[in-house]
Amino acid sequence: MIRTLSLAAVAALGLASVTVAQEGPTPEQQAVNARQSHMTLYAHNLGKLGAMAQGNAEYNAETATAAAASLHHLVQLDQSGYWLEGTSSEQMEESRALPALWQNLEDAGAKHEALMTAVENLQSTAGTDLASLQAALGGVGQACGACHENYRVPQN
Amino acid sequence: MRRALTALVLLAAVGGGVAWWLTAPDPIPESELAGLTGDATRGQAVFAAAGCASCHLAPEDESAGPPVLAGGQRFVTQFGTFVAPNISPSPQGVGNWTDAQLINAIARGVSPEGQHYYPAFPWTAYNKADLQDLADLVAHLRTLPPSEAESLPHEVPFPFNIRRSLGGWKLLFENRDFVLQADLTPEQERGRYLVEALGHCGECHTPRNPLGGLRTDAWLSGAPDPAGDGQNPNITPAGLQWSEGEIVAMLQSGFTPEFDVVGGEMAEVVRNTSQLSDADRQAIAAYLKAVPPIESPAPEPGTGDSTAEE
Repeated sequence: MIRTLSLAAVAALGLASVTVAQEGPTPEQQAVNARQSHMTLYAHNLGKLGAMAQGNAEYNAETATAAAASLHHLVQLDQSGYWLEGTSSEQMEESRALPALWQNLEDAGAKHEALMTAVENLQSTAGTDLASLQAALGGVGQACGACHENYRVPQN
Repeated sequence: MRRALTALVLLAAVGGGVAWWLTAPDPIPESELAGLTGDATRGQAVFAAAGCASCHLAPEDESAGPPVLAGGQRFVTQFGTFVAPNISPSPQGVGNWTDAQLINAIARGVSPEGQHYYPAFPWTAYNKADLQDLADLVAHLRTLPPSEAESLPHEVPFPFNIRRSLGGWKLLFENRDFVLQADLTPEQERGRYLVEALGHCGECHTPRNPLGGLRTDAWLSGAPDPAGDGQNPNITPAGLQWSEGEIVAMLQSGFTPEFDVVGGEMAEVVRNTSQLSDADRQAIAAYLKAVPPIESPAPEPGTGDSTAEE
């Protein structure tokens, strides 16, 4: 009886481990997770700056400079492995990246360059005063929107 | 027998005649347009609110400066592909049209030749615009740079290529009254005008019936994106839980309350709404808070779900 039970337990454990192995994220899922996490970090830092720009928080040059510096780091992170083939919105439910992105990689790259320029401008002016922050943040929003406009599904 | 046949033929002729008459274009009478003088400067704000450039710029035209409305953008729908025409002030565009012809094109969906336009062009919303606003808009259009690009034909298969049938569509689905009928503050009324008439927000945010008519029972409750990718969100209070201030901020900057940046066609819309006055953006937000909350997807009419009717 005990043996039968322990056999059953071993079998159950084995099954469980098989299930766990199957449920681990695929490389495609990892890529989508990574790029969406990256976007969340952008949003987190944009939120600090946006609160000031929109008048919901008092302007603080130090906080603004720190958030802009974080964005500047983020925009330079290596994104290789993010945009794997097979990870478009047509291929994965959790993805919002349109297939058009992979057909226009050069343009997407140019749009990322434009984002880098906008973030550099933000980093160098966010600490000057509120008006400079507002102007530079507007440019960053436009750069984000340019890519979302062509290459992102409105809503899943 | 012969008499019966004659009667039948007569009836068919009369029926056909009535149908022909009912589906005829219905332009705004000259008397209503006489005496209107457009102000091009005021028209610039109408132009932004109506979002004309979003569809009539050449594809991928991201240049700064006054917009060249050369046309050429393609709009894929279940009825066929529509190609935006050249509406710049040139012989290939609308340079030779009279003000009355332009206003009737925009507000009645009727071409100078008396043909119906497809509702891909949102005259279904512009029909609620003030005639003075339209006169101002036309005056502004005439100040923009001309383009010599030829307008391309729509790619619409039978039976939707029968323009006359659009007269029937108009009878069934064109609505010249505002959808939201309620006691509104002047601000909410201004918002209703901007959303329902000039901004034509319902074109993307309201689901359509099988013939492409907007389902006003599910007004602004979200709809599949016509390009076939994803969903345009529900912007009734049931779907959009942002504060009025957050709506205003998004219309001004593109940033959502979570500091995402809106994309898709909405990126174009923000390019327009960022040019409006703060008061107008605030009016849009006030209106969106006043529309009935509708859960999405709204149940199809006639499916026996009576809770949706309450």
